Amino acid sequence: MSDDTFDKGQAKPGKVRIDPLSGVPTTGHEWDGIEELNTPLPRWWVWTFWVTIVWGIGYTIVYPAWPTLSGGTQGLFAWNSRTQVAADVADLQTTRGPVLEKIAAAPLEKIESDPELLAAARMVGKVAFATNCASCHGAGGQGAKGYANLNDDDWIWGGKLSDIKQTIEHGVRWESDKETRSSTMPAFGRDGVLTAQQISIVADHVRTYAETPDSDAPTPEGEKLYAENCASCHGAEGKGNPEMGAPALYDQIWLYGSDKATVVSRIRNGGGAVMPAWKGKLDDTTIKALAVYVHSLGGGQ
Amino acid sequence: MERTHPIAKQLTFGEKSLSAIFFALAIATAYIAINAYSSAYAFHASLFSLGSIGAVIAIFLRYRARDAAPAPLMIDGRPNYNYGPIKFASLAALFWGVAGFVVGLYLALELAYPALNLDLPWINFGRLRPLHTSAVIFAFGGNVLLATSFYVMQRTSRARIAGDLAPWFVMLGYNFFILIAGTGYLLGVTRGHEYAEPEWYAILWLVVVWVIYLLVYLFTLARRAEPHIYVANWFYLSFIVTVAVLVLGNNVEIPVSVFSPKSVIVWAGVQDAMIQWWYGHNAVGFFLTAGFLGIMYYFIPKRTGRPIYSYRLSIVHFWALIFLYIWAGPHHLHYTALPDWAQTLGMVFSVVLWMPSWGGMINGLMTLSGAWDKLRTDPVLRMLVVSVAFYGMSTFEGPLMSVKAVNSLSHYTDWGIGHVHSGSLGWVGFVSFGALYCLIPWVYNRRLYSLKLVNWHFWISTIGIVFYISSMWVAGIMQGLMWRAYTPQGFLEYSFVETTEALHPEYVIRAIGGGLFVIGALIMVYNIWRTLASPAVEPARDVAVSPIPAE
Repeated sequence: MSDDTFDKGQAKPGKVRIDPLSGVPTTGHEWDGIEELNTPLPRWWVWTFWVTIVWGIGYTIVYPAWPTLSGGTQGLFAWNSRTQVAADVADLQTTRGPVLEKIAAAPLEKIESDPELLAAARMVGKVAFATNCASCHGAGGQGAKGYANLNDDDWIWGGKLSDIKQTIEHGVRWESDKETRSSTMPAFGRDGVLTAQQISIVADHVRTYAETPDSDAPTPEGEKLYAENCASCHGAEGKGNPEMGAPALYDQIWLYGSDKATVVSRIRNGGGAVMPAWKGKLDDTTIKALAVYVHSLGGGQ
Repeated sequence: MERTHPIAKQLTFGEKSLSAIFFALAIATAYIAINAYSSAYAFHASLFSLGSIGAVIAIFLRYRARDAAPAPLMIDGRPNYNYGPIKFASLAALFWGVAGFVVGLYLALELAYPALNLDLPWINFGRLRPLHTSAVIFAFGGNVLLATSFYVMQRTSRARIAGDLAPWFVMLGYNFFILIAGTGYLLGVTRGHEYAEPEWYAILWLVVVWVIYLLVYLFTLARRAEPHIYVANWFYLSFIVTVAVLVLGNNVEIPVSVFSPKSVIVWAGVQDAMIQWWYGHNAVGFFLTAGFLGIMYYFIPKRTGRPIYSYRLSIVHFWALIFLYIWAGPHHLHYTALPDWAQTLGMVFSVVLWMPSWGGMINGLMTLSGAWDKLRTDPVLRMLVVSVAFYGMSTFEGPLMSVKAVNSLSHYTDWGIGHVHSGSLGWVGFVSFGALYCLIPWVYNRRLYSLKLVNWHFWISTIGIVFYISSMWVAGIMQGLMWRAYTPQGFLEYSFVETTEALHPEYVIRAIGGGLFVIGALIMVYNIWRTLASPAVEPARDVAVSPIPAE
């Protein structure tokens, strides 16, 4: 459109009319029946707009704001978020300091006998557990299928304070940690050690130890297979062996499940659960506190 | 050149060249489909190929059916408006809207009851979420914008839309883009940039469609019979131009191969994040705000029959809005690796944006002065007005949340989700519903089947929105407070899992709110269906003949 038509539009004063309802004149334009009033800008709107602008300019003077060739303006007080974070973290260390120092100074075995120390370690351990452990072991340490329950008396890798600390520090079957707990159950079926029928028999037999409701009576053949293949780790009558990470089989506590299909699958495929090593990710004091916390959940030995 | 009557029918230049282009595209994409590296990409290339063949056939069938002479620009001194593409986009908007709302509801239920993902990769939260956001923003919102902009540009210019095939190319091409983007998400094709997930080939196609959209708009305005350009058109134009700039800026990427759906963006690290949120925030500012303000500026005065409250305000708030919005993106990156100076500017521009946003609200609400009584009798108008109220609320909440101190509590929490939905359900949703309730009867020459049902839609959806945003406020603030809660000894009070568990009741309430919103939309679909099934009426609001002849 040329300026010509624009001028034509301006030159039609006849269309300007006073809106009877508001008493305000229209601009004289009209599109598809829509007109516009020539109402001035609302005063409060203009003033609020100015206030925000002035505030904005002031804020950009006080805080780092305008980009320059070599970075940006620093603001009146040279505030920046890096030093702010460093200060916040330092504050937090100061607040935590007394509790952490006490835990760090006490020998692991002594903590539980001192009620004050125990409370402090449980407090630190609870937070660390909720943040790092609960996603697998459950918020209350109740575990899940394939993830050990930490409240009961059944400890796959030992339930003494030092055992628990060792497991937390180095993990289970965690390849990048040389001291990790590493013994692994063979895959009896996949590796051809036992036939499918033998696995079925020994599974039936194992399930008699725990007296699962639908288990049959022990069989001599099952007894023989168990003695030859399983007893070296899981012990006579399924007593288990924490040294080998071989779970007890005689109790009602099952990591993967007690139904026959699950037991058969475990024997056939072997292997075992993996837990990360936490040494290096968590500091020593936190691991110490975690060990005490887990030990005090109810099943500690 | 000799003119005989009747004129011999000939293929136009547009028909010839477009068929040739689509024919070439069909062959090229078929070749790509055969050599594609992944099955998802082969599927998409096949869709391109089939779509191109379909386009050639459609052009040919349309040629067979049309008159020899091109459609006249004027009939009896009145503009011969082209409503065909508008009809298509309005109904497409309804379809995508319901689809997007239902997916959103399912996501809300998945968050409350995670087992609902049924362990299927295609419907896990990560894939469905972009499907929901794209379906409601770009498919529903986009089609509403296309439909209303094509209507408003013609009516306020008193001119037939420019182009013969071009308007249809824009409509169908845009919806084809949606199809590619949406199916891509479910098949795992994504750039992993929020609201910018479609891969390079979908974007390439979108850019072509968008340029044609801009040209159609500009050429229509150029043939207008009005001396001035109406304010709604400024907003639509700023939306079209800026979205083009944003999409290009956030998609500077190099495809791994023409046979691969994958591309690598050239921006790295924090620059990528900055460009992404420059894009992301202005998708809100120009797609969901400027474009929909264009709708507001036409449909509210039209429906009330009152003049726009203040011409000056419309000018000042328009320029202030588009100048300020473009700087506000960094507030999405507070307390990140983004340099402090950029964070400060993002916050300041967001706060200064408050009044320019409210300028639109004031002009929308005050246009009703002298006609407030119509709110009692006209639920469509009520929808439009409540949308403006939600707009005002969201554009106050936004600057508030951009303030760093507030943001440190609200960021990454469900407060953000609540904020987005008060804007999208309340503002974008309601202004779209209101506009479609006007537009569809107008372009189809029908009387709206039932105002009573609109009333039901209005109330059910409003209650749904209230459920949604209030539950998310509670959830978000609770979540933010739990995350930052320390014991006196300096240890975190809650684990992340505990905060997630605490949100469950709010998530259920949110799903109920979303369910009500879906019910409202289904009522609308029924109402529109009955409207279209009713007999045509004489155009109720015939236009006055243009007093100023076109030059």
